[in-house]
Amino acid sequence: MSNFKRRARRWAPGLLLVSPSLVLLGVFVYGFIGWNIKISVTDWKGQLETDNYVGLFWYKQLFADETFHNDIRNLLIFTVVFIGGAVIVGLLLALLMDKGVRGENVLRSIYLFPMGISFIATAIVWRWLLNSDEGEGTTGVNDILGWIGIHSDWHKADSQWAISAIALPAGWALSGYVMALFLAGLRGIPEDLREAARVDGASEFHVYWHVVRPMMLPVFMSVLVILAHISLKTFDLIYGIAPLDPRTETPAIFMYLTAFRGYFYARGAAIATLLFFAIAAVIVPYIWYSIRKERTAR
Amino acid sequence: MAAINRRQLLAAGAGISALAVLQACSNSPGETNTGEKKVEVFSWWSGPGEGEGLEALIANFKQNNAGVDFVNAAVAGGSGTQAKQVLGDRMRNNQPPDSYQLHAGLEAADDIKAGWLEDLSSLYEANGWKSKFPAGLIDKLSISGKIYAVPVNIHRSNLMFFSPKKLAEWGISAPAKTWTEFLAQAETLKAKNVKALSVGATWTQMHLLENVLLGELGTEKYNGLWDGKTDWKGANVVAALDVFKKVLDVSVVGTDDWQPTIDKVLAGTAAYNVMGDWAAGYLQGAKALKYKDGYDVVASPGSTGVYNFLADSFTLPKNAPHKTYAEAWLKLCASPEGQDLFNPKKGSVPARLDSDKSKYTDYLGWALKEWQDSKTVVVGSLVHGVVANNSWKSEIEKAYGVFFTGKDSAKFAAAVATAYAANK
Repeated sequence: MSNFKRRARRWAPGLLLVSPSLVLLGVFVYGFIGWNIKISVTDWKGQLETDNYVGLFWYKQLFADETFHNDIRNLLIFTVVFIGGAVIVGLLLALLMDKGVRGENVLRSIYLFPMGISFIATAIVWRWLLNSDEGEGTTGVNDILGWIGIHSDWHKADSQWAISAIALPAGWALSGYVMALFLAGLRGIPEDLREAARVDGASEFHVYWHVVRPMMLPVFMSVLVILAHISLKTFDLIYGIAPLDPRTETPAIFMYLTAFRGYFYARGAAIATLLFFAIAAVIVPYIWYSIRKERTAR
Repeated sequence: MAAINRRQLLAAGAGISALAVLQACSNSPGETNTGEKKVEVFSWWSGPGEGEGLEALIANFKQNNAGVDFVNAAVAGGSGTQAKQVLGDRMRNNQPPDSYQLHAGLEAADDIKAGWLEDLSSLYEANGWKSKFPAGLIDKLSISGKIYAVPVNIHRSNLMFFSPKKLAEWGISAPAKTWTEFLAQAETLKAKNVKALSVGATWTQMHLLENVLLGELGTEKYNGLWDGKTDWKGANVVAALDVFKKVLDVSVVGTDDWQPTIDKVLAGTAAYNVMGDWAAGYLQGAKALKYKDGYDVVASPGSTGVYNFLADSFTLPKNAPHKTYAEAWLKLCASPEGQDLFNPKKGSVPARLDSDKSKYTDYLGWALKEWQDSKTVVVGSLVHGVVANNSWKSEIEKAYGVFFTGKDSAKFAAAVATAYAANK
């Protein structure tokens, strides 16, 4: 008994301290995830909740639904273009910053600012920037492209890749953040290591390739995971730029439309559940990987 | 130009203040409270025109019901999309307002199924309202023989707007009367480098679709589309959908809302625009154009003498806390006085047949004449919630997305038919 007491004295205060947030997380995150999964296997359609069990009915229907296929394709294109673009731009900016520029603090803030703007405000600005009207109605980026005789229809283009235009504002908003992450990673590499390589006769490219690159891998992983989960749940940006357009619809938009406009609450919950598992598939291995790394580091 | 206009800014501001109001009264109990002198009316009328119309009604209500506290719970945004979500939450938590706005027709079906609405048939009987509204309207408002809503205004969906001067310039003597004639005119216009029609965001495309179906199929078959009597997969429906595709082919198809889309007609990029009569208010107000001179409007091709209507109405929720005053509100909404206060401001015509004609001029004068003409056939709009319940409508929207990219008429018809069977 006294043994238990002694041990409890060690962990009890800590547990007591985190318990409010544990309870809140338990109810408002995990509780609601569970509730959402429960709704997705019921027949709730219409204003009043019904909870007759229908199994995987809505999931099966979704997998046979052409709209859902279209949405997933759009989401994949968006994710690839958005992550690719944001990583390349972010990395480039970080490398340039790392080389040392005057007024780095100011520049860093400027690149970071777009992330501070809510996606819906970004969407409204970019809806105007990505206007595709021709002639007098031309605004935004097309105005500039017009000088060299180019006109883009952006997300309104009659192409399967139309949604990649939405990756432009998304990348604009987040590449500054990616830059900050990479920059922190670069700064974390001790200068002596690079010096040592240079003394051994490595060219600047070799220094980056053989010394900096391997040490940046963990940062790169975090960047990928952060961007991937943002991409999967992007809703406001797309809805703000082009609502109700099959060319830019993603599962998140479909979920909103079907649940709140068509009252297919169970189907909406099924889409939410699928999105949840998709995000979990990205994040869980990452968490597992970082926990294991922490353990081996200790 | 898809920048934010003043209207949207105003709407956003009103939305925020409406939220504040909702917060303030969110703890009102759901039980009937006859002692309290208060009435809360929930709507999405906060924009220019409609907001002023509502204010005029409120002022009149206050005059006749001295000492009653009127709470105007208007939630702005998306022709009621935002408001319906707020309302849904309140209804599920048994905190109903005393009356709420609803598009007349089957959009109400879900609310009725959920048991949220009081049957107003006795109110109609007691006040003799049934004979005051057109029979076609009463028919569309009734669900299983009961009436749950009081219509305040009537809008018309099947209209085609154009600029008479531009049309003459292009050598077109009269607007197209059928879709076949329209497609022939499109050839003439093509030679002059003008698109025949402008259409924008998905809902405006579906607005066009319902009126092409109406024009091609005629009223009887069109009505049958919504009650299962016309087979969607039938050859004539598929042929009408093919006509719609041809119309899209000769149109400038954008993604903007209706205002920038109709602007293309004014700019001369496109000859026609099919839109509801709220566009007349916009052209006459924001654009300061004269009816018959700066702009003109006719029934969309193939629908002369048909009124494809949509209407806003008010309801009496079950357990409304202040039922007496809610009924007083509904009576005001149904009265000729109330309808004539509201409609000229909103830019719609009164649902009643005995309203004061002198209050309606220009487009509205013509619209009222058509509405009150006993020969006019009344049919209901799909996009604006009259003929399909919310679930079916959202499934049609979903199928339309596939149709728009794949352009397969038969597949679209089959998808709509399947969705009808699953959601009727």
